[in-house]
Amino acid sequence: MFATRPEFRPATVEVLVDGQPLSVPEGASAAAALLLAGLAASRETPVSGAPRLPYCMMGVCFDCLAEIDGVANRQACMVTVRPGMRIAPQCGARLAGTAA
Amino acid sequence: MRTENHDALVVGGGLVGAAIAYGLQRQGLRTLLLDEGDVAFRASRGNFGLVWVQSKGLGAPHYQRWTRGSAEEWPALAAELREKTGIGTGLHQPGGVHICLSDEEFEKRGAAMARLRREAGNFGMEYRMIRGAEAREMLPGLGPKVAGVSWTPYDGHASPLSLLRALHTGFTGLGGRYQPNARVERGTAAANDFAVEAEGVLHRAPRIVLAAGLGNAELAPRFGLSAPVRPERGQILVTERTRQVLPMPTTTIRQTEEGSLMLGDSKEDAGFDLGQNPEVMKQIARRAVLSFPWIAELNLVRAWSALRVMAPDGLPIYDQSERFPGAFTANCHSGVTLAGTHANRLAPMIAAGALEPEMAPFTARRFDVRHAA
Amino acid sequence: MKEFDLAIVGAGPAGMSAALEAAGLGLSVLVLDEQPAPGGQIFRGVERAAGDPALAGEYAVAGALLARRFRAMPNIDYRPETTVWHIDAEAGLLSLRGPRGGGMARAARILLATGAQERPVPVPGWTLPGVMSAGAAQIMLKQAGAVPEGRLVLAGQGPLMWLLAAQLARAGKPPALLLETTPRGALRRALARGGLWRGRAMLAKGAALLWEARRSGMKVVSGVRGLRAEGEGRVRRVAWEGGATECGVLLLHEGVIPSTHVSRALGLEHEWDEAQLCWRPVLDGWGASSAPRIAIAGDGGGIGGWQAAVEAGALAALDAAHRAGRLDAAARDRRAAPHRAALGAALALRPFLDALHAPSPAVLAPPEDATLVCRCEEVTAGQVRQAARLGATGPNQVKAYLRAGMGPCQGRMCGATVAALVAETRGIPVREAGVLRPRAPYKPITVGELADLPEEEPA
Repeated sequence: MFATRPEFRPATVEVLVDGQPLSVPEGASAAAALLLAGLAASRETPVSGAPRLPYCMMGVCFDCLAEIDGVANRQACMVTVRPGMRIAPQCGARLAGTAA
Repeated sequence: MRTENHDALVVGGGLVGAAIAYGLQRQGLRTLLLDEGDVAFRASRGNFGLVWVQSKGLGAPHYQRWTRGSAEEWPALAAELREKTGIGTGLHQPGGVHICLSDEEFEKRGAAMARLRREAGNFGMEYRMIRGAEAREMLPGLGPKVAGVSWTPYDGHASPLSLLRALHTGFTGLGGRYQPNARVERGTAAANDFAVEAEGVLHRAPRIVLAAGLGNAELAPRFGLSAPVRPERGQILVTERTRQVLPMPTTTIRQTEEGSLMLGDSKEDAGFDLGQNPEVMKQIARRAVLSFPWIAELNLVRAWSALRVMAPDGLPIYDQSERFPGAFTANCHSGVTLAGTHANRLAPMIAAGALEPEMAPFTARRFDVRHAA
Repeated sequence: MKEFDLAIVGAGPAGMSAALEAAGLGLSVLVLDEQPAPGGQIFRGVERAAGDPALAGEYAVAGALLARRFRAMPNIDYRPETTVWHIDAEAGLLSLRGPRGGGMARAARILLATGAQERPVPVPGWTLPGVMSAGAAQIMLKQAGAVPEGRLVLAGQGPLMWLLAAQLARAGKPPALLLETTPRGALRRALARGGLWRGRAMLAKGAALLWEARRSGMKVVSGVRGLRAEGEGRVRRVAWEGGATECGVLLLHEGVIPSTHVSRALGLEHEWDEAQLCWRPVLDGWGASSAPRIAIAGDGGGIGGWQAAVEAGALAALDAAHRAGRLDAAARDRRAAPHRAALGAALALRPFLDALHAPSPAVLAPPEDATLVCRCEEVTAGQVRQAARLGATGPNQVKAYLRAGMGPCQGRMCGATVAALVAETRGIPVREAGVLRPRAPYKPITVGELADLPEEEPA
């Protein structure tokens, strides 16, 4: 949904978004990586399963909840990408307990 | 001032008042339910949501029976509310456990449960003390520090907020009138003739029920009653939603219908201070993690404190005024558990004009020194 | 536990400015910020991005300079990526969650510099993927140098819209269309508020942006009403009264409101700001709140923009130094004078802007019952109206009835809308409907992090 301008942000970091490798500008958030990856949705709500993508990017709306490095429901717009970071959509309520 | 006449006035629109008002209106009494506004102490909004029998009424068999009775009334009330309002109350009564984190806790719990059964007499009380290994099969993910659990088949849980909305909706659906922003501080009392003022209107009725929670302490004496209740602060933590994992509620941890885990059961004497205390929150979190280590990874998305309505002996107070017949008071900290009896047993008594003899031990006169002597 | 003279929450313009002033006066300063780098939202990522020609201007010059001075100042304990999840205002105790888990800090005085958030714009379809806030797109540009793909439509109003349009044009992605919601007649009302001469420099900058955005080829439809985003699974079209167009990305904006989540959770006194149509904490001329230890500076105390925030931050720091016994009242007042003058100048144009860009009633209380207002718990405007008819007199009771405001955002996105809907339904002013009363944790913390908090040291 967004395109980078590599001529102005040459330094990049390799991450995995939904299992696919993607290089994103250094300093970007995991939510930015989700938008740059072009996913149709980065989460499905636990209430109705509706698809969502990040909305506010500034820590307010929590629509960017994603699974980051295996940890569910992280506010992706508040997490800076690091090399090798695994970012995956959050589909519905997380697993917990013995099921995890 | 304009005067309006009703068959009954209920002061307090929380779970206790709403359940009684619903019951009265269902009996055919034109009932006015007076409530405060958007911000008030409102123990109902802070309720943990257990429909709980075990650990209630040690040394007070009448309270044990009253609680068991409410757990029995609950399914009918929940079904009726769903039918009338379309609102589910999230009631599940799969039985419940109390988790003991040491052998010492387990022994003490066992003794308490045995005493409850003795006090139940012919009424009976089914329970089991279950050691670690078997308990871990009942409750997947139970931590290694858990020594064992006590279990009864009577326990369950429900959504306090859905219940509140269902009672308000059901009450107004039956023709009852709910009046918010109507804090009652005064009133006039005569036998079977009561009046209170709210938003410039004088409301009169031959019956009045005081269910104003902590407000009852001030209000009751104006109607020839006594309600020596004081606040006890409890804090609750709520996690993000997870897929369903807990098959049954425990005294301090339950999973809501939505999937959140609620962690709670702290007790503090903090006056009317609704503040939160990170030290107490930490203790709640520690106990939860010892009980179910996997809870550690869950995000807490909400937490709150609320004030329980406690009588000096921790038991409910139900009373009727001798000086002003028609005036009643109901005080308890178990608005969810006792909703069944409040709507289905207490309200009919009030409608009939007098509490039945089985309610006598709940009178506030038990705190009267001369009476006790 | 180390005790600081001043703990500052937020490293935007107000927080950085306050930290610089306080540290310069010898105070020990703790700065806690959720972001990985200083700048706040307005100067987000400025240390990396100041060289991007799309962001030339105040951001690249003033923002970069402020961040550089902040970094260079000794005596500031700056902790990025750190969330404050509880404040005990009486004890001056802050509960934190940082990159290495939970912790505590103690401070004699606490300054909330938590800034602003965008006003929610609950139009039909605003939850569809592809619909974002304008601020979100600007953050994508600042943080990742990225621009939206596909046909880009902006809808709403306010200075940020024009700034963003100009920045995107410079970045090679001018928006195709701006649907401006400023009602006809607003300009006339705004002109009557005055302040144009004193605010002429700001006005000139605004006019230049307008010109730049228009020159990029962006079409503008003005007086737009009845906005809606449409599409299955993502936004495909945007429609309004009398028009519709294809759309790949829709950016919404109706101005900003103070972030009062923490100040409300602390129970500070707040007042309804009729000009800005939002709640703001009650503050004195130094930013001191109704709680003895707590001050507020910047947009979190009322929207004034970054220049006003810089001055308000400095004033709050001077007052903190005075309270700490480092400055007598006369010295404090003397040092404050230039900041007060600059603050006045920075706020000169505000009444004009507030009147020009006042959101329409339909933005505050969406007219269609089917429109979602609580994005987390998926509660509609119609459900809120029904709860208000049942007897809910404010957003706290609506929350109890419907779960609106109980999701992870804790009502940050729906609180204002819910209150406005209650007010509309009950026929009362919004100020009477009141405001959500949030509780800790202000941001999520895991149960494990809470359980592992260090033992409290004896005070």
